[in-house]
Amino acid sequence: MEHYDRKIIDRLDLMAVNIRKHVIEMLYRAKSGHPGGSLSAVDMIVALYFAHMNHNPKNPNDPDRDRFILSKGHAAPALYAVLAESGYFSVDELKNLREINCMLQGHPVCSYVPGIEASTGSLGHGLSFANGVALAGKLDEKTYNAYVMLGDGETDEGQVWEAAAAASHYKLDNLTAFIDRNFLQIDGNTEEVMRLESVRDRWSSFGWHVTEIDGHNMKQILGALNEADNHKRQPSVIILNTVKGKGVSFMENNVDFHGVPPNEMEYNMAMEELDLMQKKLEG
Amino acid sequence: MANPRNAYGETLVKLGEKYPNLVVLDADLSKSTKTIMFAKKYPERFFEMGIAEANMISTAAGLASCGKIPFASTFAVFATGRVYDQIRIDLAYSQANVKIFATHGGISVGKDGASHQMIEDIALMRVLPNMTVLAPSDATQTGKIVELMATNKGPMYARIGRANAPIIYDKDYIESVKLGKGMIVEDGSDVTIIACGTMVDPAIDARKTLFKQGINAQVIDMHTIKPLDEKLVIKCARETGAIITAEEHSIIGGLGGAIAETLAENSHPVRFRRMGIKDRFCESGEPKDLLEKYGLNEKHIVKNVKDLLKN
Repeated sequence: MEHYDRKIIDRLDLMAVNIRKHVIEMLYRAKSGHPGGSLSAVDMIVALYFAHMNHNPKNPNDPDRDRFILSKGHAAPALYAVLAESGYFSVDELKNLREINCMLQGHPVCSYVPGIEASTGSLGHGLSFANGVALAGKLDEKTYNAYVMLGDGETDEGQVWEAAAAASHYKLDNLTAFIDRNFLQIDGNTEEVMRLESVRDRWSSFGWHVTEIDGHNMKQILGALNEADNHKRQPSVIILNTVKGKGVSFMENNVDFHGVPPNEMEYNMAMEELDLMQKKLEG
Repeated sequence: MANPRNAYGETLVKLGEKYPNLVVLDADLSKSTKTIMFAKKYPERFFEMGIAEANMISTAAGLASCGKIPFASTFAVFATGRVYDQIRIDLAYSQANVKIFATHGGISVGKDGASHQMIEDIALMRVLPNMTVLAPSDATQTGKIVELMATNKGPMYARIGRANAPIIYDKDYIESVKLGKGMIVEDGSDVTIIACGTMVDPAIDARKTLFKQGINAQVIDMHTIKPLDEKLVIKCARETGAIITAEEHSIIGGLGGAIAETLAENSHPVRFRRMGIKDRFCESGEPKDLLEKYGLNEKHIVKNVKDLLKN
């Protein structure tokens, strides 16, 4: 494992708590949305935007930028909060999630929101889209990378495997996929709904370079991203072992919080926990 | 006679030289769709996607997001119904600059049977916001339409048939073609036949037959089904008082459906009839036998016009 400055890790951990607070706040205000899968995805998205990707919020269409595609579009609150904190748009805008006449739709739309690369929400499309981005990068001899996050349940979709085959066929080593492996989808445990194991063997047999990490450990996340960027002639997939609802104790591993927002009591409890965590990290 | 598919392939090659950002994708049918011509000339800009249409469409959207002009091709049946959700989200909702060019539209595909005879594609694409829907009628017009698809922004769908087709237009005439503007092929005062794609040529033949029998029919080539040239439709209704639509497509939701909607809301009363496949699947057979059985040839157009004018 490479050495990372403790300060960078601390800063990212703190930002992740900040983003989790945004997510809870947004969903509580909107009275709808998906807490579980937003919270499990937070750490990787924070690491990408605040420590890894080459991107410029002042120039969201820079042709040389790295691209991140949130294929599991229902985790939009996490991405919106990260984009706002990065400066793509005002943090104030987060209050308007899912409201009429506002740009932050329930699922991301590329034509409305600066920084959103692909419209998602119907599962299974994002990896194919990222393949297109990576193919264009190869064609134009650009050095950018394409990153895409899929839910573990999302990989039930057949299109994911069409795309997995194509990425490997075209040797898209400028592409890295993340599997948010939280073991839960709406109807229950992923292994009971439609068995996915062995996730590692599946991707490996499709010709992908596979790494598996703790998806909430910033050090491991940054290490895996660097490894994936440097791996040649194969696309990389990072299996993020995550906890659905991560950061809010009563939401963790609780499938009831897949698509149900917190009520007032739950909101207060969640914010209290996250505030405590924030204070602890601030030392 | 010429094959519009060849016109498609040849035009792609021509445009490929002019537009270095034009790329082509196909799903294991490049020999049939003729994208193989582009693949041979520009192998680095051609992406063989295998028999995986959903991935092809979403990949095209990713390419477009990086400034490419992707043309994605396969048979009409696989290019629309099979990948409706990918087209809906990644192209229409996202306003992606992706062009779907489908071949083998309609029943004149012939012996492969109803599984391969796409008669719902125009309806499926027409209902999508932001989508332009095109059905060129001959090889010359196909070439021009492909060029217009490349040079105009936004998601577009075009469909042609499988078979050779008579040449209707010469190259100079076709230069005036504009997306969203119907073409008056023949003037007339008694009735207007509005056709698209493979039905334009039989409509022109039908006009000749009708003329000999004392009926002066106007023929419109409505190559753009969406956005529909509503002004022209209303003008035809007012001037001739009778309209027949003809398309190698279901009578539901296609050219006839679009024109019916326009007439119902905007026109004076007009005698009106749709010719197309009457809400059913067809079958295997020789194209000309199928077109006869299911009522889509010159003879049937003549009969329908006369029936309509009798009422």
